[in-house]
Amino acid sequence: MNWQAIALSLKLAACVAGILLVAGLPIAYWVTFSRWRWKFLVEAIVALPLVLPPTVLGYYILAGLGPRNLPGKIWQSWFGHTLPFTFGGLLVASVLYSLPFAVQPFSAGFETVDRGLIEASWTLGSSRLVTFFRVILPLSAAGAITGTVLSFAHTIGEFGVVLMVGGNIPGVTRTVSIDIYDQVQAGNYGTANRTSLVLLLFSFLVLSVIYGANRRALGMWRKP
Amino acid sequence: MFIGLALAALSASAHAAVASDARQAAMPGAAKKTCGAITVVAAADLTYAMNEVVANFEKATGCVVRLSMGSSGNFLMQIENGAPFDVFFSADIAYPKKLEAEGFAAPGSTYLYALGKIVLWVRNDSRLDISKGLEVLRDPSIQKIAIANPLHAPYGRAAEEALRKAGVYDAVKNKLVLGESTSQAAQFVESGNADIGILALSLVAPPTLKVQGRSWMIPEDLYAPIQQGAVAVRASQNPEAAREFLEYVKTPAMVALLERYGLALPGKGKP
Repeated sequence: MNWQAIALSLKLAACVAGILLVAGLPIAYWVTFSRWRWKFLVEAIVALPLVLPPTVLGYYILAGLGPRNLPGKIWQSWFGHTLPFTFGGLLVASVLYSLPFAVQPFSAGFETVDRGLIEASWTLGSSRLVTFFRVILPLSAAGAITGTVLSFAHTIGEFGVVLMVGGNIPGVTRTVSIDIYDQVQAGNYGTANRTSLVLLLFSFLVLSVIYGANRRALGMWRKP
Repeated sequence: MFIGLALAALSASAHAAVASDARQAAMPGAAKKTCGAITVVAAADLTYAMNEVVANFEKATGCVVRLSMGSSGNFLMQIENGAPFDVFFSADIAYPKKLEAEGFAAPGSTYLYALGKIVLWVRNDSRLDISKGLEVLRDPSIQKIAIANPLHAPYGRAAEEALRKAGVYDAVKNKLVLGESTSQAAQFVESGNADIGILALSLVAPPTLKVQGRSWMIPEDLYAPIQQGAVAVRASQNPEAAREFLEYVKTPAMVALLERYGLALPGKGKP
């Protein structure tokens, strides 16, 4: 069993979930409450990773952000290396790839909040920020939890992009899904089996805990 | 959506059938019998060579070949699990032998079609002087060196072995990035994301027209020969055509073709 790969996947997923919680909430807030007529274009961009094959994202990161193209050159001059084969590269790819899994549940959560309560908070003199943290977020906690967990779980399950841009470096880019792929390729079905089973049980456990907690959170907030 | 897909698949196969009929009609002498279609799966290092072999075979026989390139390890597992393939060109002869031993391949059909060779390869715009050989890998300007994954890719195994025998492995091991196959390693170097790579000669040999790079042959005493084997799949729906394809690859013209791609038989080809 490759614990290093499992630890790496957990670290990647935790980072992605954290980043998307911080970055996804404002995006979701804007998507939910904006009245801009071209809003649907932003919504479409956010949802793109749901439809795009991971190979498209992988290809763009490898070729577009490679050192032969301008964006890649700029990146290289800032950070000293290109995105592929680094943990940072996986992080960027995973954040992009899990974006809709965070933003859409966040946004769905915000939609359920009674506009009257939000406006009441405003008229009582609370700023938009205070209203967000003391009214909107508590009332849509279930959406926030769901989005964070989904982005975490989706990153654990990510494979295509990592295969294309990771370069399979132990402890840096060899995630658990890549490790399983390698073991299957090498004919080590026993190892692949054990790791797969651990991953299956882990995923089920995490999702069960979250859905359980989610239901309690819902109940807690809905009670008068 | 599934219905749409099914329809698309249906019409695609209908097209293929029409195309094959047309080809056979055009060559009444060449196609004595209805040959039908076969699926050939081949290791990624054969990408360029196999396309040309297949084109020749289709022209000569009127058969239709569906060619699929990928990793030998994947194909091995897929065949063991009943994949509808007819012929398997592996980068490692151990896989066809294993299939034969397990009863998934036609008995006695395994044969060695080439010895694979590895080269050091850089893009033309690289400042590295690869004529220095593997020692060039110590160059501090190198950030990433691409090889295929030694765990399961024969070209990766050979690359690692050569690095160890040349005494540079420990110096470079932290710079290695692993492609799932030698062609992914090639793509890492080609895209400029890796500075240099150890690749299959067959991916960068002259007929592939990869003029944008330079290569240096790695001495063959640094690694065990990469024995590449092919086999007919036992569950084939079209065993005659599968055997015909295997025999065709053994003809002198095709042996010479493979040799041009750096896939020579033992004792043949330029060193």
